[in-house]
Amino acid sequence: MTDLSRRQMFLRIALLFNGVIGLLLAVPIVGYLLSSVVRGRKSAYETWISLGSIDQFPSGQTRLAKYRNPVARAWDGETADIPCWVRHIDNDAFQVFAINCAHLGCPVRWFPQSNLFMCPCHGGIYYADGARAAGPPERGLFEYPFKILNGNLHIQAGEMPTPGLPVAMNMKRPPCA
Amino acid sequence: MRMIRTVGKWLDQRLRLGAPIRETMDHPIPRETASWFYVFGSAALTVFGLQLVTGVLLALIYAPSAGEAWNSLQFLNHQVTLGWFIRALHGWGSNFMVAIVLIHMVQVFLFGAFKYPRELTWILGIFLLLMTLAMAFTGQVLRFDQDAYWGLGIGASIVSRVPVLGPAMVTLVLGGPIIAGTTLSRFFALHVFVIPGFLILFVGVHLLLVLKLGINEWPMPGRLVRRADYLDKYHRLTRTEGVPFVPYGVWKDAIFSGVILLAMALCALYFGPFGPSGQPDPAIIRTVPRPDFFFLWLFALLALLPPALETPVLLIGPVIGLIVLLALPFVSGEGEKSWKRRPVAVMTVLVGAVALGALTNLAIDSPWSPVMNAWSGAPVPWQFVSGRTPLQIQGALVLQAKQCRNCHSLGGSGGRRGPALDAVATRLTADQLVRQVLQGGGNMPAYGKNLNPAETAALVAFLETLHPARQAPAQDASMSAGAQP
Repeated sequence: MTDLSRRQMFLRIALLFNGVIGLLLAVPIVGYLLSSVVRGRKSAYETWISLGSIDQFPSGQTRLAKYRNPVARAWDGETADIPCWVRHIDNDAFQVFAINCAHLGCPVRWFPQSNLFMCPCHGGIYYADGARAAGPPERGLFEYPFKILNGNLHIQAGEMPTPGLPVAMNMKRPPCA
Repeated sequence: MRMIRTVGKWLDQRLRLGAPIRETMDHPIPRETASWFYVFGSAALTVFGLQLVTGVLLALIYAPSAGEAWNSLQFLNHQVTLGWFIRALHGWGSNFMVAIVLIHMVQVFLFGAFKYPRELTWILGIFLLLMTLAMAFTGQVLRFDQDAYWGLGIGASIVSRVPVLGPAMVTLVLGGPIIAGTTLSRFFALHVFVIPGFLILFVGVHLLLVLKLGINEWPMPGRLVRRADYLDKYHRLTRTEGVPFVPYGVWKDAIFSGVILLAMALCALYFGPFGPSGQPDPAIIRTVPRPDFFFLWLFALLALLPPALETPVLLIGPVIGLIVLLALPFVSGEGEKSWKRRPVAVMTVLVGAVALGALTNLAIDSPWSPVMNAWSGAPVPWQFVSGRTPLQIQGALVLQAKQCRNCHSLGGSGGRRGPALDAVATRLTADQLVRQVLQGGGNMPAYGKNLNPAETAALVAFLETLHPARQAPAQDASMSAGAQP
């Protein structure tokens, strides 16, 4: 019987050995799986990018602009071309809104005749300044921080805004030059 | 012939599968269960098998790359010989699979088959249902078009509402900061490797349990399940009145599976493949995203819930639902099996079916969505403008130009987010109309900043004419009371 208990001890050692190796392997595997999250936490996704000359945005109007997402891969195709609404109030005063409705992210459309943004999904409506007007959204449109550099409009962007995201664009803060 | 028998014998000497297969075929089932009510499980298995085949066939061509997926679907639809048909079969197979799995679940529930000793079979079934729905959703994503793109956005917005972990989970689900190449690769891996792997494993164990525990006997009112003696009774039943599964039970399974396959093929042939709709380009914002059929009820729920309830219902609702389903066989593991003596069970199924049906029906209509082009596209019926003064006609123009009809219908066309305006003058006086237009309220935006006084006067003048010929417009009761002698 001592022989059997000896073999059982060997089996336990073997299992323990495999468990340790398994744990060692789990570290890189989990690290790989969470790579997108770990990078995101350092807010490495957010970058200042140019929307082009401010002359494209006449004063008093709201226009659709498009930028190539700063984090993009060659095979992303058109999915990395992100639209946004640029409202030129006057002089250096701008508002740059995300295309995504603050309810569930559908693309809001601007109607200059009634000065409203409307969402085609669940009927969220916003005023010209992005404030919530009606419908299911619990807040106004997401806003990108912006600055004007050498006559070009720059916004800080990189991550799709979602209702739970505590990044800079959820808080209105003064444009930093 | 002799050659085949020799090869068969040679294989069986090594594989030793002949005896267990024969045992499976001959295993006795209660005579009444060789019934048309017991065919849904095998039909689901058949459809799953076809999904595996058509899925592999599509993977031969499909390019799981955000930049190319849409083009490869167009190539499948239009260039590859019968590519459209394989896509249609896979798409319809998905709809049939969800439907059959749901029917199978209802039948199992109403026949009390989840009770002792088949609790684990039920629990595995719940996971199989969840994985079937996960396959339907991830499959919709692989059809990488506008609906898929914005559907992912909706999914991300829901996930982001999880307290604390939400934003990190969004990045994990999307595989990056935006919906792009890594997102599609991730959903491809889930749809093609991960979920099917678990599905095959769980289906295997699910079937094994059916064989080990025996198929649920036909429920008789008054024949109660007791843990103490159920197994003895069941074995007595199969031994005395049992019939071999092959051919007594299996022929109905086979015929029903055949009917389902034929129905799927006919649907695929007649209706063709699903999409893809427009390119997954977020800059194309002239789009009206809609989910696939089996998620329409969720689309309706998200529109109709009060905003403050949305997040709790979305995050806590599924957890409670799952707990209830998993706890069911333990809470109600004994007792009556027959639906004739389980009124609460029948009511649950009916209420659930009516709720899902009503929500789906509403979502097909989606009266809460503004009609984005009604202001420029919907005609104004002549009776609303004929014989009106210039001021009133001007008001009718304001009504069109300010997009009012995106949410308000006139003569049955236009949005239905707000009330129809056909008879609005019978509900609101001129003063009330002015207040409602300028200040909004009741889910209507305020137009105070967007209308000048002249436009407001014209608009209200027009709205005041909107009442049936024989019905007087609304009056201010205090004014008319004062006017009387």
